[in-house]
Amino acid sequence: MKWDWSAVSDFMPHFWDGLLVTLQILVLGSLISFALGLVWALLMRVPTRWVTWPVGAVTEFVRNTPLLVQLFFLFYVLPEWGVTFSALTTGVFAIGLHYSTYTMQVYRAGIEAVPVGQWEAATALNLPLRRTWTAVILPQAVRRVVPALGNYVISMLKDTPLLMAITVLEMLGEARLFSQQNFQFTEPLTVIGFAFIVISYLASLALRALERRLVH
Amino acid sequence: MSTDTHAPFDKKPETPAGSGELIRLEQVTKRFGDHTVLDHLDFSVDAGKHVTLIGPSGSGKTTILRLLMTLLKPDEGTITVAGEQLFPAPEKQVREVRKKIGMVFQQFNLFPNMTVLRNITEAPVTVLGMSKDEAEERARELLEMVGLTDHIGKHPAQLSGGQQQRVAIARALAMRPQVLLLDEVTSALDPELVAGVLDVLRDIARSTDITMLCVTHEMNFARDISDQVLMFDSGRIIEAGAPEKIFSEPEHDRTREFLSAVL
Repeated sequence: MKWDWSAVSDFMPHFWDGLLVTLQILVLGSLISFALGLVWALLMRVPTRWVTWPVGAVTEFVRNTPLLVQLFFLFYVLPEWGVTFSALTTGVFAIGLHYSTYTMQVYRAGIEAVPVGQWEAATALNLPLRRTWTAVILPQAVRRVVPALGNYVISMLKDTPLLMAITVLEMLGEARLFSQQNFQFTEPLTVIGFAFIVISYLASLALRALERRLVH
Repeated sequence: MSTDTHAPFDKKPETPAGSGELIRLEQVTKRFGDHTVLDHLDFSVDAGKHVTLIGPSGSGKTTILRLLMTLLKPDEGTITVAGEQLFPAPEKQVREVRKKIGMVFQQFNLFPNMTVLRNITEAPVTVLGMSKDEAEERARELLEMVGLTDHIGKHPAQLSGGQQQRVAIARALAMRPQVLLLDEVTSALDPELVAGVLDVLRDIARSTDITMLCVTHEMNFARDISDQVLMFDSGRIIEAGAPEKIFSEPEHDRTREFLSAVL
């Protein structure tokens, strides 16, 4: 096996394109999973089965089926019903949705960990329910769950190559395309491997900094 | 510790105003599973009175406070505050009646994500619609009264238990309740911090016309501030009277036993 630096430099323009797409998937996917997971977690607390049962069923289903199957389904089946989005949009939504079924459980644990005395104090002060959530419960719950949410971001990063399967040219997609065209596999795959490590590491550093800030 | 010259709420009027019944529980029953904590209890408190509930744990004292704060719902009976029904009542009415009641908890229950100032101003602004400036001014006055002016910008975690409890008292008073419920407010405190909290409460009892319902094991404090002491046992009031009488010459054997155990 020979290492060819010129292959690396040939690959770099493609790498930057792929990196940008990967980061886009990661950032948007994370935001969707954070927001949607919170929505699920809150809906599961609505005191009627007409809400909790369907939400519970849908999220269980999404959590327990492979992301790859969901990607294929959204990308190839939805258009048959006349719903068409770009591969990237579909991929970002799918990964965000998939991970929202994990983050919802993180939020749930965080919400349940807020002591009951906080609810009681809010009642004693006559705070409206909405205000109790936004000013008292969620700020405390979210602070508790930041580390767990961060772990899912890193986990999501490692799932981004799955989007290659629906033609999204993220890092692995670019590497594979380059390899097939140039018959040079080692260099592009090594480059993106390193890129994954570097991104995970930077993300975990950012996460730790955030955690430190949240613990006043 | 500030004195009542700075008490930032309505002073005790020369002639006791608003006398008459403020709180009324009628035939209130509360069960937890098979265990009946309160059994058809009748109980009333006149406006401006300071009433202390004593008795062994599990005798239903705290349950009464929690029913009044609507943290629990009775299984039977009615609860009336200032002539308006608190239970049974529609949610909207509960919210209105509940404004008259404030509570201080054993575990303080300050909001750890807010500063001392925000803890106190949050409800006056969002519930009473007070302007931020007005609420902050009032918070400062209350903090001066409880002797914590220097800690206004801190978070609860930076305060001692006694300081947190004094903030909690200020927070409850910021809502200008007619009734203040005190649920074993010194039980979670280190012994050396108890006096500071009790001093604040004595100050409030002396200088305001707020009605106080107090569950406590601090018998000296109960003797100092109470107009009336109620001895509870197994969900019933077995003896009631002025503190001098209950503490010096209790009539009931059960009261005697209890007092000899705690005094």
